Amino acid sequence: MKILVCISKTPDTTAKIAFDDNNTKFATAGVQWIINPYDEWYALVRAIELKEADPSTVIHLVNVGGSENDAIIRKALALGGDEAIRINKDATDPFDIATQIATVAKAGGYDLIFTGKETIDYNNGSIGGMVAELLDMPYIAHAIKFTLQGTTVTVEREIEGGEETDECQLPLVVSCQQGMAEARIPNMKGIMGARTKPLKVQEPAPVDTYTSISAFELPPAKAGVKLVSADTPEELVRLLHEEARVF
Amino acid sequence: MILVFLDQADGEIKKSSLEAAAYAAGVAKMMNTTAEALILGPTKFNLSTLGNYGITKVHAASSEVLTAFDSQVYTTAIQQAVEKSGAEIIILSNNSSAKAIAPRLSIRLKAGLVMGAVALPDTSNGFIIKKNVFSGKAFAHVKVETTKKIIVLEQNAFHVTKTEGTASIEPFEPTVPASKIKVLSSNKTTGEVLLSEASIVISGGRGLKGPENWHLVTDLASLLGAATACSRPVADVGWRPHKEHVGQTGLAIAPNLYFAIGISGAIQHLAGVNRSKVIVVINKDPEAPFFKAADYGIVGDLFEVMPKIIAAVKKLKDVA
Ligand SMILES: Cc1cc2nc3c(=O)[nH]c(=O)nc-3n(C[C@H](O)[C@H](O)[C@H](O)COP(=O)(O)OP(=O)(O)OC[C@H]3O[C@@H](n4cnc5c(N)ncnc54)[C@H](O)[C@@H]3O)c2cc1C
Ligand SMILES: Nc1ncnc2c1ncn2[C@@H]1O[C@H](COP(=O)(O)O)[C@@H](O)[C@H]1O
Repeated sequence: MKILVCISKTPDTTAKIAFDDNNTKFATAGVQWIINPYDEWYALVRAIELKEADPSTVIHLVNVGGSENDAIIRKALALGGDEAIRINKDATDPFDIATQIATVAKAGGYDLIFTGKETIDYNNGSIGGMVAELLDMPYIAHAIKFTLQGTTVTVEREIEGGEETDECQLPLVVSCQQGMAEARIPNMKGIMGARTKPLKVQEPAPVDTYTSISAFELPPAKAGVKLVSADTPEELVRLLHEEARVF
Repeated sequence: MILVFLDQADGEIKKSSLEAAAYAAGVAKMMNTTAEALILGPTKFNLSTLGNYGITKVHAASSEVLTAFDSQVYTTAIQQAVEKSGAEIIILSNNSSAKAIAPRLSIRLKAGLVMGAVALPDTSNGFIIKKNVFSGKAFAHVKVETTKKIIVLEQNAFHVTKTEGTASIEPFEPTVPASKIKVLSSNKTTGEVLLSEASIVISGGRGLKGPENWHLVTDLASLLGAATACSRPVADVGWRPHKEHVGQTGLAIAPNLYFAIGISGAIQHLAGVNRSKVIVVINKDPEAPFFKAADYGIVGDLFEVMPKIIAAVKKLKDVA
């Protein structure tokens, strides 16, 4: 079986969010970059578990981005995965990213494609569905459990207020979230091995522009907290009722 | 023409879809056109009342085949409705089905997609939509450059004002492929307020010390008709189910009131809740970072403060 895991790069969860160039670019100075948590903790680790259960499994990683992404791709390879493909393009339009990934996916003939639920910077959650459509494959979003028996897949996915269990045949695309697997840290063997694993760089396919970001904006600062004494909690209830009018 | 897809759960239209309907009517008004709605599968909802949300016509596909959700099947049905109605802008609400449908539809219709819109479009210079980015820590203004456009509206981001009106109903029979997905089972808590849609959320953190103290959260929630949530470590140790975990790696919510009890307010937690309109924090540590993001707060021991708050709310709601 061949699995493709889509890996994206995001600012660390504690990064300060600010913008440069007249609010048109994310300010990257001093920012630590990580593998998008959903991609690392859930998509990649679940793929590794599938390989552990069936060692004939091949895992490829794909990333759309510039050479500055190689560090996080190597980290992903250190966790597991056999080789990585980076499509050399700094893209933010989801249609562009999805088209690049679909091109790689078509060429590689994968049985299973994993993405994260969403990136924690652009919060679109749209790449998986777009790739599935470009490949004419079924798509199951927000998977919390994934099991494989032959070519039959059983996926539990989150829906509003509960879960649904679906059954489907390979090939398919799945977006992964909490529950799929437990986060791991790379071991020494993995880190050493990652250095010699192939990281192939591919030039992008031409695409039309569907969307572009014209500007960013920070939310207005809060006015400051109104503190109520711990001796009179009923005063808080009165304020919420009469002043904030939230109940 | 603007077409809004109305998502159902157990034959009822989701609250977030009604927000999307009102939003679609808002967009239609801006663009001097009309807003029509699409509903797939049998419904219990009185469709003509969609006129109260500014919808003029409803395309209703009542086939049972459409009861089970499959993004490939739904995308095909919506695509046919778009072709039939001549819609240029398609609107959905940002819930679990839209997350699977909208990206597919974007490819199918060659339509630029904006996920998580929080405001009406700005059409003064192209077609620009404000959306959430960086997990609620910022917004982006996204320019849609295609003729057809898809907007997925964030939940709780658009205020619904009802109007007078009756929507006409037009039967619609899409030709859809057989689903490749078989739904084996579905397990939903009924009767509870959905966290993603709730206008009040009461949330607890590690400060509560253990699941046995959760009545301090759930009692207040039931008095206020609120949903309950928790911080990640609370779900990780199993005090509460994972679906309640909010934050950067959990659910992102934007209720009118977020009431945080014994939660420190780590940046990853704030990422999921900082779009709430009013934030209340109960924490014994005056240095807890959450106070910086809060509107109201009490510095004090939650085990002393919460019973008094619950009593005061009971009194307000007139329950003995
Ligand atoms: C990559 C990454 C992603 C993460 N994603 C998330 C996420 O999505 N959601 C999330 O919540 N966390 C997330 N975290 C974890 C986050 O950093 C914090 O560790 C977590 O939010 C802390 O939870 P807490 O506030 O319940 O616990 P603590 O930090 O232990 O805080 C407990 C609070 O309770 C107060 N307290 C204790 N006793 C009392 C009392 N008797 N009365 C009143 N107050 C009391 C304390 O003063 C303290 O402020 C993430 C972390 C990382 C690294
Ligand atoms: N540049 C990228 N390269 C590879 N995979 C990506 C990229 N951007 C997003 N993805 C994948 O698509 C998922 C959803 O991303 P998004 O639609 O941007 O929220 C992520 O969790 C990744 O798995």
